[in-house]
Amino acid sequence: MRPHRVWKATAIVGWVLALALVALAILVNTTALGERTWLRVLFGVSALNFTLRAAIPLILGAMSGILCERSGIINIGIEGMMLAGAFAAFVAKTNTNDWPLTTSLLFSTLVAVGIGGIMGLLHATFSIRFRMDQIISGTVIIILAAGISAYLFDRDAVAEGKFAPIAIPLLSQIPVIGPVLFAKPLLTYLALILVALLHVGLFYTRWGLRTRAVGEHPRAADTVGIPVNRYRYMNTTLGGMVAGLAGGYLVLEAVGQFQEGMTAGRGFISLAAMIFGNWNPFGAMGASVLFGYTQALQNELLLAGVKTVPRHFISMLPYLVTIVVVSGFVGRVRPPAAEGKVYETEGGE
Amino acid sequence: MDTREPILEVRDITKVFPGVVANNRVHLELYPGEILGLLGENGAGKSTLMNIIYGLYRPTEGEIRVRGRPVTMHSPKDAIALGIGMVHQHFQLVPVMSVVDNVMLGSESIRGPFLDREAVARRIQEIASRYSLEVDPYAIVEDLPVGVRQRVEIIKALYREADILILDEPTSVLTPQEIQGLFQIMDLLRRQGKAIIFITHKLKEVLHIADRIVVLRRGEVVGEADPQTASQASLAAMMVGREVMLVVEKGPASPGPVVLEVEGLEAVNDLGEPALRGVSLQVRAGEILGVAGVQGNGQTELVEVITGLRPATGGRLRIAGQDMTRASPRQITDRGQSCHVPEDRHAYGMVGAYPVAYNLVLNTYYRPPFAQGLTIQEEAIAEHARRLVAEYDVRTPSIYTRAGSLSGGNQQKLVVAREFSRPIQLLIAAQPTRGIDVGSIEFIHQQIVAKRDQGVAVLLVSYELDEIMALSDRIAVMYQGQILDVLPAEEATRERLGLLMAGVHPQEHTAAGLST
Repeated sequence: MRPHRVWKATAIVGWVLALALVALAILVNTTALGERTWLRVLFGVSALNFTLRAAIPLILGAMSGILCERSGIINIGIEGMMLAGAFAAFVAKTNTNDWPLTTSLLFSTLVAVGIGGIMGLLHATFSIRFRMDQIISGTVIIILAAGISAYLFDRDAVAEGKFAPIAIPLLSQIPVIGPVLFAKPLLTYLALILVALLHVGLFYTRWGLRTRAVGEHPRAADTVGIPVNRYRYMNTTLGGMVAGLAGGYLVLEAVGQFQEGMTAGRGFISLAAMIFGNWNPFGAMGASVLFGYTQALQNELLLAGVKTVPRHFISMLPYLVTIVVVSGFVGRVRPPAAEGKVYETEGGE
Repeated sequence: MDTREPILEVRDITKVFPGVVANNRVHLELYPGEILGLLGENGAGKSTLMNIIYGLYRPTEGEIRVRGRPVTMHSPKDAIALGIGMVHQHFQLVPVMSVVDNVMLGSESIRGPFLDREAVARRIQEIASRYSLEVDPYAIVEDLPVGVRQRVEIIKALYREADILILDEPTSVLTPQEIQGLFQIMDLLRRQGKAIIFITHKLKEVLHIADRIVVLRRGEVVGEADPQTASQASLAAMMVGREVMLVVEKGPASPGPVVLEVEGLEAVNDLGEPALRGVSLQVRAGEILGVAGVQGNGQTELVEVITGLRPATGGRLRIAGQDMTRASPRQITDRGQSCHVPEDRHAYGMVGAYPVAYNLVLNTYYRPPFAQGLTIQEEAIAEHARRLVAEYDVRTPSIYTRAGSLSGGNQQKLVVAREFSRPIQLLIAAQPTRGIDVGSIEFIHQQIVAKRDQGVAVLLVSYELDEIMALSDRIAVMYQGQILDVLPAEEATRERLGLLMAGVHPQEHTAAGLST
C-alpha cells in the first residue's frame, strides 16, 4: 500500500480514538460511571488535564522539528533549544520580578523565544555555512545548552508567579471539555493555535510550498529561482524560536521555576512525536497527546495507589509506549527526501 | 531564415573552470519557430553552455542577447523572467507533490495569503489542450510514468511563458514510443512559434526532428549541419573529429556450455519493494546476451544480485554449475571467475581518491604477486599498472595520478583494464559506455567482442538500444522485474523491442499490428 494511504487510514483511526476518548471522558465525568476508580483513572478530568500539560511542550518541540526538517535540516537539538529557552525565560523572569506580573511574563516569553531563535540560527549556521554533520551540530547544541545553563544557574534565584488560566467565556462552560481545553493559560492556547497555523502554512501558502520543496528536492527549487539556503536559515531559526517557546512554557506556565536539565528528554520525545506524526502538524500533535496521555496515566495510576503492578513498571509506561509506537511506525513514515544533506548550488563559484 | 530576428544569440561565450576551458568562443543563434539540435559528446560543453543560458553559470567572457538586447543573468530567476525555460535531463520535480504544486513552485498563484490551486489547474488545462500535453493536474508526480513527468516539465516551462525551451537530453529516459510522442509535442511547439534547443548525442534523433544542427566538440562549435543533407556518419565524424565505425564488427557467435544460469530470481530494491519478480535466463560461453529495457525495471538489481552485491530473496544463481546464490562478491569473482563492469563507475568501479595503479589491483591486491604475506608489493603493482595502461590505452599523466581526475572515458577504460586482465569465464557489463566519448566506446565495444570470441559468457545491460543491438547475440527485454521475452539478435527489430520495453507482451504484438 502507498505510504499516504496508510497515513489516511491511521489518521481516521486516530480521530475515532480521540472522539471515543472524549465521549468516554464526558460520560465518566458526568454520570455514575465516575464512581469506578479505574475509569476515573483512565478518563478523569485530572488525567485529561495532565495529558494536555504534558503534551504542550512535546507539541511545541514537534512543531520546531517540523519547521526545520520540512526544509531539510535535521534538528536533533530540540532538547537543547528547549533547555536554552527555559533557562533564558527563568533568567529574564527573576530579573523582572519587580515588574507587573503580566509584563514580566510576556517579556520572559519573548526572551525565551529569542534565545531559542539564536540557538536555531546557530544550528543553521553550523549545518549550512560550515557544512557540519547535522546530527553532530544538534548534539553540540544540546551539550552547549546543558553546560551553559548549569554553569550560570543561580540556585538562590526565585521566579515569582506564572501564567494564570484564562477562561474563555461560554466555551469554558461546556462540561468536561470546557475546563480541560478552554480554561488554560496563554501559552497552551498559543501552542494549539500554532499547530493549526503551521498546518495551513505548510500546505496552503507560498512559504509552505517552497519550504517543502526545499526539503524534498532542493535542486528543483533552485532551478525555479528559490533561494534554498535562505529558506533553510529562516525555518531553522523559526524552529529554534518555537523550541524556545516550549522551554518558556515549562518555566513560565507549567512549573514556575528552573531546574538543571529540566527538559528531561522532552526534546527527544517530541522528535519521536514528529516522526510518528509523519512530519505533519496535526499528526505530530496527535502523537504528542498520546505520549502526554501515557504520562498522565502513569501519574494517575501511582496516585490511585495501584499495588498489583510494581510502580517501576508503571513509571516505564510513557517510554514503553514511545518505543513501541516509534518502532512500529518508523518504517512506514517518509521523511523529507533531502533531509540532512548539504545543498550546494550548481553555479556555486 | 536569417532574415528574421534571432530570439536568442550566444556571442563568443567562453567559460573557464579551474584547469578546463569548458566553452571556447561559442557562438550560436536561435530563431522563433525552429528546433536547433545541439549535438555533442558528453563533456563537449553542451551542459555548461545551457547552464550559462539558464543563468546557473556566469560566462567568463562573451555576451548573451535575448530578443536583440544584451542580458546578464544571475540566477535561473532572471532566465525565467526573460522567457527561457529548461527541461532538465534529470527532472526537477518534487515527487511527493502534485502536478499543480510542481508547476507553480517558484511562480505561485496567490489569492490572499493562500495558494490558488484552482487557477493554476485551469492554466495547466489550457496549456495542455493547446499543446496536447495531457496530464491530470492533481496527480502526484511520483505516480506518473516518466513520459508524463517530462510533459509536466514542459508545462512548467510554458506556464512561465517561456518562448525559448531548452530540452537537455530529453529522450534518454524514454521508450521509443514515448520518444515519438515527445517529437510530436516538439513539432507542435515549433509550429506555435516556440524556439527549441534540443540537446542530444543521438544522431538519428537530431536528424529526424531538428531544423538546424550545431555540433560542439571540446567546448567549441565545430560546425553547423542541415539535417536535409547531413548523414549520421558525417555528424559523427564532426562530433569526434574523425570517421568512426558506428557498427561493431563481429563474426557469428559460437556458443558453448551454459556459464551463467539464473532461475526464478527474486530481489527487493532499496525501498524494500519487489524489483525482481522471477527472472530466469542463461548465458552461454562465447555469446553476448543483451538485457534491454527502460531504466528502473530491475536491471540494476539483477546485476547486483548476480555480482553478489544484493541478496536474492528467492530463486537460484549458478555460475559454471556452482551454486552462487548466497556467495559473496569475492567468491563470485574468484571461484566464479567472473568480472563486473558496474553501472556507476564512481560508486562501484573505482576509488577516485586512489592512484591509477591501486585501482588496477582492487580485486587482486591480496594475492601474489601484489601481496606477500602482510605486505603490499609496490613494485609488482606499478609494473602491472604500466603494462595495463599501455595495453588498454588509458590516457593518464602517470600511474600515480588520482583516478578521479581522469576523464570519464579513461576512467571506464581503467575499470575495463582491471576487469578484463584476469582469466575470466563470465563478464557482467552494466552500461559499459555510459557518458564516455565515441573513441572510448568503440574501444570498449571491441574489447567486449574480443572477450566473447575468447569464449567468455557476456551479460550486457544497457539502456541504449543501439548498444544492445550492435553487440548482442541474443536480446532479453526486462520490464517491471521480469524478462518479457528473449529474441535472437537478427529477429530483434527496434519496433519489437520498443513494444516489449513498454511492457506489451509478445503475444499481443500481432494484435498491435506487427507481424512476428
